[in-house]
Amino acid sequence: MTDARTKGAGPKAGLEGGTEPEAGAALKYSFFPGCSLHSTAREYHETAVKSMAALGVELEELEDWNCCGATALSSADTLLSYALPARNLAMVAEVGRPLAVACNSCFVTLNRANAVMASDTPWRKKVQEALAAIGRRLTRPVEIRHTLHILRHEVGLDRLREKVTRRLEGLKVAPYYGCQIARPRHQWGDPELPVEMDEVLAATGAEVVRYDRKTKCCGGALMTTKEDIVLSINEELLREAKARGADIIAVCCPMCQMNLDAYQGKINSRFGTDYSIPIVYYTQLVGFALGLDEAEMGFSRGFVPATKYLRKYA
Amino acid sequence: MPGPKIGVYVCHCGSNIADKVDMDALRDFAGELPDVVVSRDYKYMCSDPGQDLIKADIKEYGLERVVVASCSPRMHEPTFKRACEVGGLNPYLMEMANIREQCSWVTVDRGGATRKAKALVRSAVNKARLLEPLEDKSVPVDPKTLIVGGGIAGIEAALKIAEAGYKVYLVEREPSIGGQMAKLDKTFPTLDCAACILTPKMVSAAQNPNITLLTYAEVEDVSGYVGNFEVTIRKRARGVDEKLCNGCGTCQEKCPIKVPNEFEEGMGLRKAIYTPFPQAVPNKPVIDRENCTYYKTGKCRVCERVCPPQAVRFDQEDEIIKERFGAIIVSTGYQPFDPSVGKQWGFGRYDNVITGLQFERLSNASGPTGGKVLLKDGTEPKAVAILHCVGSRDKNYNEYCSRICCMTSVKFAHLVREKTGAKVYDLYMDMRTFGKQYEEFYNRVVAERDIYFIRGKGAEIMEDPVSGGLLVRVEDTLLGVFREIPVDMVVLNVAMCPRPDAQEVAQKFGIQRSADGFFLEYHLKLEPMKTANEGVFIAGTCQAPKDIPDTVGQGAGAAAEALKVVLLGKVTVTPTTAEIRETLCSGCRMCIPLCPYTAISFNEAKGVAVVNEALCKGCGTCAASCPSGALRVRHFDNRQLLSQIEGVCAE
Repeated sequence: MTDARTKGAGPKAGLEGGTEPEAGAALKYSFFPGCSLHSTAREYHETAVKSMAALGVELEELEDWNCCGATALSSADTLLSYALPARNLAMVAEVGRPLAVACNSCFVTLNRANAVMASDTPWRKKVQEALAAIGRRLTRPVEIRHTLHILRHEVGLDRLREKVTRRLEGLKVAPYYGCQIARPRHQWGDPELPVEMDEVLAATGAEVVRYDRKTKCCGGALMTTKEDIVLSINEELLREAKARGADIIAVCCPMCQMNLDAYQGKINSRFGTDYSIPIVYYTQLVGFALGLDEAEMGFSRGFVPATKYLRKYA
Repeated sequence: MPGPKIGVYVCHCGSNIADKVDMDALRDFAGELPDVVVSRDYKYMCSDPGQDLIKADIKEYGLERVVVASCSPRMHEPTFKRACEVGGLNPYLMEMANIREQCSWVTVDRGGATRKAKALVRSAVNKARLLEPLEDKSVPVDPKTLIVGGGIAGIEAALKIAEAGYKVYLVEREPSIGGQMAKLDKTFPTLDCAACILTPKMVSAAQNPNITLLTYAEVEDVSGYVGNFEVTIRKRARGVDEKLCNGCGTCQEKCPIKVPNEFEEGMGLRKAIYTPFPQAVPNKPVIDRENCTYYKTGKCRVCERVCPPQAVRFDQEDEIIKERFGAIIVSTGYQPFDPSVGKQWGFGRYDNVITGLQFERLSNASGPTGGKVLLKDGTEPKAVAILHCVGSRDKNYNEYCSRICCMTSVKFAHLVREKTGAKVYDLYMDMRTFGKQYEEFYNRVVAERDIYFIRGKGAEIMEDPVSGGLLVRVEDTLLGVFREIPVDMVVLNVAMCPRPDAQEVAQKFGIQRSADGFFLEYHLKLEPMKTANEGVFIAGTCQAPKDIPDTVGQGAGAAAEALKVVLLGKVTVTPTTAEIRETLCSGCRMCIPLCPYTAISFNEAKGVAVVNEALCKGCGTCAASCPSGALRVRHFDNRQLLSQIEGVCAE
């Protein structure tokens, strides 16, 4: 098997990277950051890689990865919306390790391509033809894991609790998963009310508040075209977080972060509200709790800075 | 040596077969097969003139075997067996070739159909040549009927059989008979109260000398076969001497322990010694040993002290009853769908999201609120949403329609309006008001004020975090818009599901389940109460979701089925069963666990397996598994089956 995993030796696709890690061995994944993590969500990228490393998980960035196509492409060009993520998956298969993804949108798009490769629809053949045209090959699905899933299930809560040096006692966090991570059923217990992030945040010592709208849509890219609707649904998300007494909202998707954070001022002026709720990635909180340098956690990057809630734990 | 003389009869079935199969060619083909002395075709072989052809030929040609090429043996095997018998031929010397369901109905290729029909006829002729004459046997029948489950279906069946003069044992798991119907408030479409129409039947069942009522009891084991089922029943210890207890209720009044009441769907409280509801039959309490202080600590005994007739018996033990029954009716009812599995409904998270049965208890005058429709905080609701199809018609849960929910929803809408000033929003996908007077009832409620029918599936219930009120989200498919309706109470009309122990019960009684989990009837349309296990019948919602009228109908129907068994006094046992050649049996016992009808036992003295021919259905599982070839199924033995295969494969 080993030779087949090296580049140029006749790439062999499939789940060969998906075997259980040996006991005690460090976990190593190919990592697909996606476009957002290289731009607006830099703090997500940095804190994901650093906090995972602190927990013994190596995220090795996939070489020469390309845009996953995101939500927009599927309505413009179906074949391309499968083929773009499929190219990434083909390269993952060549590396031979399972893939870790942090962005919910990338996670869904890559999984969708995976599903096509597992299906017997005509699209499978078309995608394979498209890949062949660029000298790549993918015959079977690839194992894909969300970083949150790796944290909760591969690292595990015990190991996380053990490594926490700054317990975030008293910090009230609303866990917001967004609509894409749990649907359709990938790896999550419940598509309506998942608990994985709740558990991870509770392991850092934070107080996780009830948040019924945890999987409601943030409107995604529609903020640019249907601003009225999307502002009102984000207002609803903020309203519940505030009513439940949350200091901050933890997210796992760059799109959710941007809509809730960057548009909070606009929401306040539109609805006459006075929300000032920082929107941070769960990896920022986890990395901080693990004792990583506060300055590297990017708490001041948001439009609504989180620094004032976190300084006291530093 | 020449083989037996065979006659072949090819049926056109009107145009059902003749359209696809060349009848003349098939008839001539059959006529040329070895040993066939006559072959005929006829438009309807099952008609009297068709059957007469067979009868006449048996005499004229001295036929020793008959082959009928027509429909499935499930349709007309009895018809042609009888024709042979009347004609003077042993009915087991007749073989059918199914050239309709397995040939003409499933193809458009006339040439192919004719070729296949020829192969099937050749196969049947091959087998016919090797058939042996067999004789039906009959066994005597015990005249008692066992009914399992004392809901309205079981009560109805028990009364019908008892009134016909036959003995019935009615076994109920709960402390009282009455089932789910006893929990209901008003019943659609006439709005008479459930108790008013149910309790007279419950009392009749208790008073009828032909009915032995065993409540707080369960069937532990069933063996035997139609006419002679051997049944073991465990009557759990009530902790109360039923003969002495006069049902005065003092014990319940004085008992200091309060626990959630199952009968009130968890909303009210009951005592540790209790009758589930005031009109319980029998009106004798039981002691809930899990919660009673005496069984936990050895102290208290208040009920014993206050009981005027001194009927409390802490040391009472379970009673094991062994009886023989001729027929069994299983009427074990349904389980309401648990809506907490779907987080979108918020059941269990939001106080004022309740199930239909909880609403029935709220609305019921003997329920926890004395018949008032109230929110958890004791105030009256201002707006109530009623959701249809919760867990029904939904591929995530149950694909089937639960049939009662449209009518209960309409009824609830009416009751909310009658009892409160609340607005009602009824969220339906399709309004299915199919029964007698149902549409009329719906039309009446549609005309009531402040009831809004919205076509759309209630998708989600959210709590307004600020006001604490509920928001129901629905796509109004008539307006083509999404709506978010603020309400303070939501009633989930949940699906009717199979009981959680349905598999265990099915195994106990040797019955099967359909894909939806309910008990499988012998024929969906024509034999809805029969099961594959002869002498075991099903009635009510254990077979499929149904309303009270249909349940009562099936209860009476199952009674007729059971009476048919016990009235005849004997049952015919078909001889097409497995037999064991003892000299070949090595005693390995491999066949015993494989038999789906528990028909095989082991004779320790002889060291061989024994087939109970009354239980055996001739399925052949044992014969296929027997390593020494000692098991043989009469009418389907290896030689006969191989000759059929040769017949199909020969060109």
